[in-house]
Amino acid sequence: MNGVPEFVNTLLPFLPEWIRAVVFYGVVALVLFISVILTMAFLTLAERRVIGSIQARIGPNRVGPGGLLQPFADVLKLMLKEIVIPSSSNKFLFIIAPLLAVIPALAAWAVVPLWPDGAVADINAGLLYLLALSSAGVYGVILAGWATNSKYAFLGAMRAAAQMVAYEIAMGFALVGVVMAAGSLNLGDIIERQSGGYFSYFFWWMIPLFVVYFISGVAETNRAPFDVVEGESEIVAGFHVEYSGMAFAVFFVAEYVNMILISALTSIFFFGGWLSPFEGYPLPGFLTAPGFHWLFLKLSFFLFCYLWFRATFPRYRYDQIMRLGWKVFIPVTLVWLAVLGAFFAYDIGPWSK
Amino acid sequence: MKTPASFFKTFFLTELIVGLYVTMRQFVARPNITVQYPEEKTPQSPRYRGLHAQRRYANGQERCIACKLCEAVCPALAITIESDVAADGTRRTTRYDIDLFKCIFCGFCEEACPVDAIVETRIHEYHMENPGENIMTKDKLLAIGDRYEAMIAADKAADARYR
Repeated sequence: MNGVPEFVNTLLPFLPEWIRAVVFYGVVALVLFISVILTMAFLTLAERRVIGSIQARIGPNRVGPGGLLQPFADVLKLMLKEIVIPSSSNKFLFIIAPLLAVIPALAAWAVVPLWPDGAVADINAGLLYLLALSSAGVYGVILAGWATNSKYAFLGAMRAAAQMVAYEIAMGFALVGVVMAAGSLNLGDIIERQSGGYFSYFFWWMIPLFVVYFISGVAETNRAPFDVVEGESEIVAGFHVEYSGMAFAVFFVAEYVNMILISALTSIFFFGGWLSPFEGYPLPGFLTAPGFHWLFLKLSFFLFCYLWFRATFPRYRYDQIMRLGWKVFIPVTLVWLAVLGAFFAYDIGPWSK
Repeated sequence: MKTPASFFKTFFLTELIVGLYVTMRQFVARPNITVQYPEEKTPQSPRYRGLHAQRRYANGQERCIACKLCEAVCPALAITIESDVAADGTRRTTRYDIDLFKCIFCGFCEEACPVDAIVETRIHEYHMENPGENIMTKDKLLAIGDRYEAMIAADKAADARYR
């Protein structure tokens, strides 16, 4: 979005210009926030239905038609529960930790282009902003484990810290390939560089980077099979053992919003985001035109992969996670960056000048 | 030792993809076997061992002769019987209690009974709201027997061939 649109100026002419901007962007942020939260709510339902189906069960189907109101029932239940604050905890950090987890997850959506020109803040260093915020999200988990003052929570926090460090590097390196190809840190530009039908997506030239990025993303969000941070069979629930009611729900929101974010970013970096895969084909307009529906479809596929992985794989052992991160992903990424460099040097690939 | 083939397999995640294929097949096939309980119920055998009941003969006389075989056989010691001579000179129970919290629903009492007086019915949807309601007194047992006599008799008839 480029600046405040004209209708805001005509509607609120009595306000100074900067207040008009604040009001407009506030409303936009609120709409985005509500949409993300709603998506997250229905993702929890989708998760339970999909995993149920994979396990030959049905899943929640009692509240509303087909269980559609289940997320709201869950929220209501969590809101009515007491937030227990352990007496030996650091109370300030205990309360602030869920917020530190959820705010970066939500703030990251500011730079995600949802449709052509559809990012709230079209900043040039968007990719750096995303990397910074996804690193900041881990503070919530670590602080929660520390503030709870429980051995289980602390172990969970330590694991979270180690895992994040290991996978953040692989993730960052995988994005270096994307930046090399796109020649820009602006997410809109990265998508634009992939225009020209499904065969010009970065995915084809960076399959290893895509695999590393998406699996690192699963590890970053602490989802199965990388959920040693929660590891209920070993450390009960990890960093959120002592959290209850809405304090727990906020962690839950953060995890799911991060899932959606990683899926969106994967489709933006490697699958052309809001671009249509059938660009240039003689098909009806909505199939060839770029738009939010394409991003939504791609994003939904990756979200489904998240659920699919969770229903398929057993949890990695802690040392296996470390080995995969440090000894497999980082070398693979570095090697493929060198290969990409060679592509550049010999002008192979769609991005060569 | 790791052979090149196994390294290849590990590196290209073949085993993981096979696993994903298995779950995807399950997802697409959707043979959901869940029974939507209050609306749908699984079939029951006539031998189902649920809530207890005491039966009467067709003329209204209670079957139980206070032989106390069920009390003796009960492995959980859930049955308490006291007996006395009734007005008509027969031996009858004055007290016949089954503690449902002790009962393990093994059906031995039913097997031991020489007159088919104590039976276990198919009823499995019952609840208690107050302490003490777990004791099935003689009156309660007879009431259940009276109410479900048709079902009990049918179940006994269905099972008689195999005894």
